[in-house]
Amino acid sequence: MRKLSKSARNSFINYGIVLVFFLVFQIMLSMGKLSSSFSGQLIPICTYVIMAVSLNLVVGISGELSLGHAGFMSVGAFSGVVMASCIQNVVGPSWLRLALSILVGALCAAVAGTIIGIPVLRLRGDYLAIVTLAFGEIIKNVLNCLYVGVDSHGLHISMKDAVSLGMEADGITIINGPMGALGIRKISTFISAVVLVLIVLFIIQNLVNSRSGRAIKAIRDNRIAAESCGINVMKYKMMAFVVSAAAAGAAGALYALNYSTVVPKKFDFNTSILILVFVVLGGIGNLRGSMIAAAVLTVLPEMLRQFQDYRMLIYAVVLILVMILTNNRRAKDALGRIKDTVFRRNRLQEADK
Amino acid sequence: MSEKDRAEKFVLQAVHLGIDFGGLTAVDDFNMEIEKTQIAGLIGPNGAGKTTVFNLLTKVYQPTRGRILLDGRDIDGMNTIQVNQAGIARTFQNIRLFEKLSVEDNVKIGLHNRTQYSMWSGIFRLPKYWSAEKKSHEQALELLSIFDMQDLADVTAGSLPYGAQRRLEIVRALATGPKLLLLDEPAAGMNPSETAELMENIRKLRDKFGIAVLLIEHDMSLVMGICEQIAVLNFGKVIAQGTPAQIQNDSQVIEAYLGKKKEVTP
Ligand SMILES: Nc1ncnc2c1ncn2[C@@H]1O[C@H](COP(=O)(O)OP(=O)(O)OP(=O)(O)O)[C@@H](O)[C@H]1O
Ligand SMILES: [Mg+2]
Repeated sequence: MRKLSKSARNSFINYGIVLVFFLVFQIMLSMGKLSSSFSGQLIPICTYVIMAVSLNLVVGISGELSLGHAGFMSVGAFSGVVMASCIQNVVGPSWLRLALSILVGALCAAVAGTIIGIPVLRLRGDYLAIVTLAFGEIIKNVLNCLYVGVDSHGLHISMKDAVSLGMEADGITIINGPMGALGIRKISTFISAVVLVLIVLFIIQNLVNSRSGRAIKAIRDNRIAAESCGINVMKYKMMAFVVSAAAAGAAGALYALNYSTVVPKKFDFNTSILILVFVVLGGIGNLRGSMIAAAVLTVLPEMLRQFQDYRMLIYAVVLILVMILTNNRRAKDALGRIKDTVFRRNRLQEADK
Repeated sequence: MSEKDRAEKFVLQAVHLGIDFGGLTAVDDFNMEIEKTQIAGLIGPNGAGKTTVFNLLTKVYQPTRGRILLDGRDIDGMNTIQVNQAGIARTFQNIRLFEKLSVEDNVKIGLHNRTQYSMWSGIFRLPKYWSAEKKSHEQALELLSIFDMQDLADVTAGSLPYGAQRRLEIVRALATGPKLLLLDEPAAGMNPSETAELMENIRKLRDKFGIAVLLIEHDMSLVMGICEQIAVLNFGKVIAQGTPAQIQNDSQVIEAYLGKKKEVTP
C-alpha cells in the first residue's frame, strides 16, 4: 500500500498549500495589508489555478493538446451569470446562489465538452489541437451574438439583437451580445473561490489516482497497448475531457460573478494559450506545478506594475527563463548543484551551532 | 468432427485467414486450430507475416478474407478492445509498456476490466473503491510473483531492464484473464539462461491458468522444446504445419528456414 499512500500524501500536500495560501492572504486582507489591486487578484488567481489544473488533466494526464480551454470557461461564465440572475430573488443566501450558479456553469460546460469531445477526440495530435482551437473561437463568436433576457414570463433567448428578445416592460437583459453580461451582482468571495479550488483538486486528484485515472494515463503512454488490455479508449479520453471542461466551466462562473460586466472577448485564444503556458511552465502532468505557475504568473503582471512600460517585457523574459530552467537538462543540473551547495552550507551552519 | 465438437476442443480456429496491404498479400490462406491448453508456435523468416497474423487475431487489422472463431464464436464484428474482453491477450514484438507508470500499475491496467468500480466511487473514495483497489493490489502482486517480480512493483516500467520489460508485458497480458495468450518473440534480447527460465515459466503459467499459448519465436530450441504444434510461414503462406518432429523433417521448411539456421548453429 506504499504506492497509494505516496499519491495520497501528494494530494494532501496540495490541499495544504491551498490552505496556507488562503490563511496568509485572508489574514493580510483582514489586517488591511493588501493593496486593492492585489486583493482584486485573489479570485482571478483561484480561477486560473482551477483552469490550469483542469487543463493539465487533458494535456498532462490524458496527453491531448487542447487549445480551446477558455471556450469552456466562457460557457460556464455566461451560463453561471444567467443562473445567478434567474435565482436572484428566489434564493436568499448569496453563497447558495453562487454555488448553484457554479454548478450550472459546470454542467453546461460539461455538456459542451461532451458535444465537442465526441467528434474531436477521434482526432489525434495536431488535428485535435487545431479543432479545439477552432472550437474556442466558435464559442466566442456565438456568445458575441447571443442575447439573453429574463422577465416575468421566464427566459428569452435571441441570436439577433436585444429588441427581438420581445420582453415585457419589467424584463432585464442579462447578456447583451458583444457587450457581454452586464449588471452582474458580485457574489464570488475569496473563501468560496478557495473552497472551489479545493473541490476541483479533490475531484481531479482522486480521479487521477483511481482505476479510471490509470486507464487515462495508460492511453496516454501507449494507446495500442491500452486497447490490447481491453481499455475503452474513447470512454476514458471523454472522461478526462468532460471533467476538465466541467471544472473550467465552474471556474468561469466563479470568475464572471466576481465582476459587474464580462465580455465574450475575455475568453479568446490568448486566454487559452495563457492557461497552456501555466501548464507547460508548471510541468506537464504535474498538478502542483500548474497551481503554483498559475498563481505566480497571475500576480506577476500586477507586481511588475511599478516598472510601467517594461512590464510585459519583464514578464516575457521571466517566462523564457523559467521555460529554459525547467526544460533544459543542463540548466536543471546547474540548478540542482546550486541547491546542493546551498543546502549543504545550511546543514554545515546548523552543525556549527 | 461436428462444429460443436470443434468449438469444444479448440479455443481458436483461424479459417482461410488473409490480408492484403494494397498490392501486397501479407498473409494468405492461414489455417490454424489451437486446442484449449495447447502451446503452439508460429515460425518463419523475417517479414513472413507472423506479427501480421497476431494483428489479425486481435483485430488491429481487419482481415481481408477468412474467419476467426474464438471458442467457436466468430469475432468478426469485434474490435481490439472487445477481442481482449472475449479472451485473447497479447504481447508486442517491439515492447509496448506504459512506460511512465509503475510496474504494479501496468499490471493493474491489465486487471482493469476485472476491477469494477465507477468513476464516482473513485472520486468520492466510496467503500467499493477501497475494497476493489485492495483486491487488485493483491492480484497484481500475485501475478508478478509468477516471474518473481513482486519486489519491482514500485519501479517505473520504462526503467526496467529489457528482459524484465518482456516479462512484465506477459504478466500484463495475463492479468486481462485470457483464454489464449499471444506472445510475439517473448525471448528476443534475452540471454540463454533467461530464455530457458522463460520457457519453463510459459509452461508453468499454461498449467496454472489452463490457457492456450501461441508464440512467435526465432529461437528454435525454445519453439521445438515447448510447442506441441507448429505452423511455418513463408511469404505469408503456411508451408508446413504439425508437431515439432514433423516440422524438423519437412524438406520445404528445411529449405526455406531451418536449413539456413542449421548452418549457423551446428
Ligand atoms: N500495416 C502494414 N502496411 C503495409 N505492409 C505491412 C503492414 N504490416 C505489415 N506489412 C508487411 O507485411 C509483411 C509481413 O510483416 P510482419 O511484421 O508480419 O512480419 P514478421 O513475420 O513478423 O517478421 P519479423 O520476424 O521481422 O517480425 C512485411 O512485408 C511487412 O512489410
Ligand atoms: Mg514480427
